[in-house]
Amino acid sequence: MTFLEQNLGLTPPLWQRRTRRQRVTAAVMPLLRRPGFSLAVLIVLFSLLAAVAPQWLTSFDPYATAPAVKLTAPNLTHWFGTDELGRDLYTRMVYGSSLSVLAAFLAVGIALLGGLGLGILSGFAGGRIDAVIMRIVDVLLALPGLLLALAIVTAIGFGTVPVAIAVGVGIIPGFARTTRAEVLRVKTLPYVEAARLGGASWGRTLLRHILPNAWGPVAVLATLDFGAAILATAGLSFLGFGAAPPAAEWGTLIANGRHFLITAPWVSLLPGLFLVAVVFSLNHIARTFEEVQR
Amino acid sequence: MNALVDVRQLSVSYRHGNLAVNQLSLTIAQGETLAIVGESGSGKSTLANAILGLLPGSATISAGELWVDGNNLTHARERQRRGLRGRTIGLVPQDPMVSLNPTLRIGQQIAEALILAKGKRYPGVDADIVELLQQVGIAKPVLRARQYPHELSGGMRQRVLIAIALAGNPRLIIADEPTSALDVTVQRKILNHLQRLVSERAISLLIITHDLGVALDRADRVLVMQQGQVVEQGAPRQILGAPQHDYTRALIAAAPAFATRRQPLARPAPTQPPILQLQNVGKTFALPKVKGEDATFVALEDLSLQVYPGQTLAIVGESGSGKSTALRIALGLEKPSRGRVWFEQQDVTDLSWRDFRPLRQRLQLVQQNPFAALDPRFTVFDSIVEPLVSFGLLKGPALEQAARELISRVHLPVSFLDRLPRELSGGQCQRVAIARALALKPDLLLLDEPVSALDVSVQAHILELLQELQRDMGIAYVLVSHDLSVVANFAHEVLVLRNGRVVEQGSVERIFSRPTSDYTRELIGAIPGQHAIASAA
Repeated sequence: MTFLEQNLGLTPPLWQRRTRRQRVTAAVMPLLRRPGFSLAVLIVLFSLLAAVAPQWLTSFDPYATAPAVKLTAPNLTHWFGTDELGRDLYTRMVYGSSLSVLAAFLAVGIALLGGLGLGILSGFAGGRIDAVIMRIVDVLLALPGLLLALAIVTAIGFGTVPVAIAVGVGIIPGFARTTRAEVLRVKTLPYVEAARLGGASWGRTLLRHILPNAWGPVAVLATLDFGAAILATAGLSFLGFGAAPPAAEWGTLIANGRHFLITAPWVSLLPGLFLVAVVFSLNHIARTFEEVQR
Repeated sequence: MNALVDVRQLSVSYRHGNLAVNQLSLTIAQGETLAIVGESGSGKSTLANAILGLLPGSATISAGELWVDGNNLTHARERQRRGLRGRTIGLVPQDPMVSLNPTLRIGQQIAEALILAKGKRYPGVDADIVELLQQVGIAKPVLRARQYPHELSGGMRQRVLIAIALAGNPRLIIADEPTSALDVTVQRKILNHLQRLVSERAISLLIITHDLGVALDRADRVLVMQQGQVVEQGAPRQILGAPQHDYTRALIAAAPAFATRRQPLARPAPTQPPILQLQNVGKTFALPKVKGEDATFVALEDLSLQVYPGQTLAIVGESGSGKSTALRIALGLEKPSRGRVWFEQQDVTDLSWRDFRPLRQRLQLVQQNPFAALDPRFTVFDSIVEPLVSFGLLKGPALEQAARELISRVHLPVSFLDRLPRELSGGQCQRVAIARALALKPDLLLLDEPVSALDVSVQAHILELLQELQRDMGIAYVLVSHDLSVVANFAHEVLVLRNGRVVEQGSVERIFSRPTSDYTRELIGAIPGQHAIASAA
């Protein structure tokens, strides 16, 4: 068709701006052609689907006990085997996603909001404000993340949401530091000055130029910390601060199996391996984004 | 006589199928100075890297042979190549600002090269460092050896790099665009010095440059490269006097020093009042308090200038002369410490950002580095129309129409509107930046070294475009440049700045034909290519 048009010597159509969909496709397609990246995206999508609609992925009830088949090794009916009460482990893991993923989203969301806000404020305002914010961040950085989270959970109570808040607060400093450094770098670039001279207000410059260009490393950090948040929540649940039984959560599943590590290793091992796969996928996605930016 | 470097039918290709060097042959004799001239992308740096054995992993020698000092290096091992680097071939890299390790003292970095050349640490190293620094013309060598790179100026750093290249007592020095990041006067001093050192020691010199003027001035033999191939080679006089190839002719025409100097732009008597006026403007910066040093730095002193509609005023000076500060004051980015700034009869000295904003539609800037001047995430369309969107002037189809008009004004195809800056060359980026500056239909454009980051031939095209825009739209320009040869055919009036003071001010014709100050004479003398013209004449 285009060939025909060219041959007929028609004047090319007037240039039009590409639609939003065309621009998004052009950016995403080369990424999806990487097999590792596609696999990682599939795994993450699976855990997200499990969090939203677990009943689509399994026909068992996560809470139905069946003492007759307790501690069965993985087979075709029970893909991940069963636990000490005969509950299907695969089902419990799928249902556990909702709490784990919710906790991770909450944690990263808190860290992003708090970290971006503090980072932009301190990079943009500079001077005294910058100094005060950065000293507070220094103090937070000096405390080990899990210890800080433990202290916060002890203060505000047990449960998945408090654990998520605790983990989120624990990773704010990293976000604030990264954002501030990027804002400081981008703020002095010639195109920001050009935008200002073109009459753009500070708000517009911040939203259209500084934030999108400072966003890259922060987004990578967020994907990376998503995995870290899942691990930290699982860790805190393992210690008994998270979801109360019989609610399933990845950390509590792994914790439950520790009594049967010798006789029934799959109870801890398979949910643990799934957790590793998800975290690994997130790290891989983060790394791919980082490579693409370069 | 046996050639020191013998390249026979060499081809270097990159992994994505791009042939950077195509069947190229050249020889360099002992003690000879050879210059390779070409635009960026012509493969000249790839050739230098091949001789050094420093090709990136994605490039391979696909055909031909490469002999250095009797060794076949075509497929030599890294170990053999390393033996030659430093001791047989020295390199003076391109950018002195980033080529030194910022965490090591100057002396340590030279010592590293000396120790590598000798093979072991030896007692006389400190004396040798001082001697090398003296040889490359650095005053107070004992002090400098103890300093870090950031404490030295660009010219001094380039001298240190030359010292490092000399440390191994090499027989060939490759200088990859050795001075393109430096001011013209510094450039001349460094090249003079390098040339003297090389001839004293009978070292061969390979200069790689995009500036035909530099090549013709310095080399015994000039080799013109285009798209990986040698299009012409010969003695400078022959190249300049009787160029055989069209590309060489185009390069000669583009080099400001050889361009037939047009009748200097006659300056019509100003009929209208000046559009921009600076009155006795001065600027002092407060310095961090260090005992025994001045607390303030005077960047600009008592500067007065007028720009008339439709005319060009050029501000010329070295880095640190205050020319950028003058521009920033005119733009309202800095407040002057003294003096007044008038824009069209309106005193804008004390205007706040908000009050200045309406004036921004009349007054725009084109920046120095075209690659950094465009937001990497914005398509060309977004960049060009941004000022229109910021002021809320146009929307939807009208905006697209404006973008189409602007992009054709700067002679780029309309399809470029969808591209991102990284898909454009330097010259194309600068055209986009000019289009953005034109979007608001300004009456005055401030050009901050608009061509200094570009190849010579691209410079000529951009300057041509700017002149055409001035003719068509009657825009006034303030051009800031360190290069007098750029100014010669472009400006109506010239102002020479040095250390924040006005050295000379007058019409372009008078400055070039009857310069009154020594400094202006020195600047005119530093334009590369004059030596070649003189010897050809």
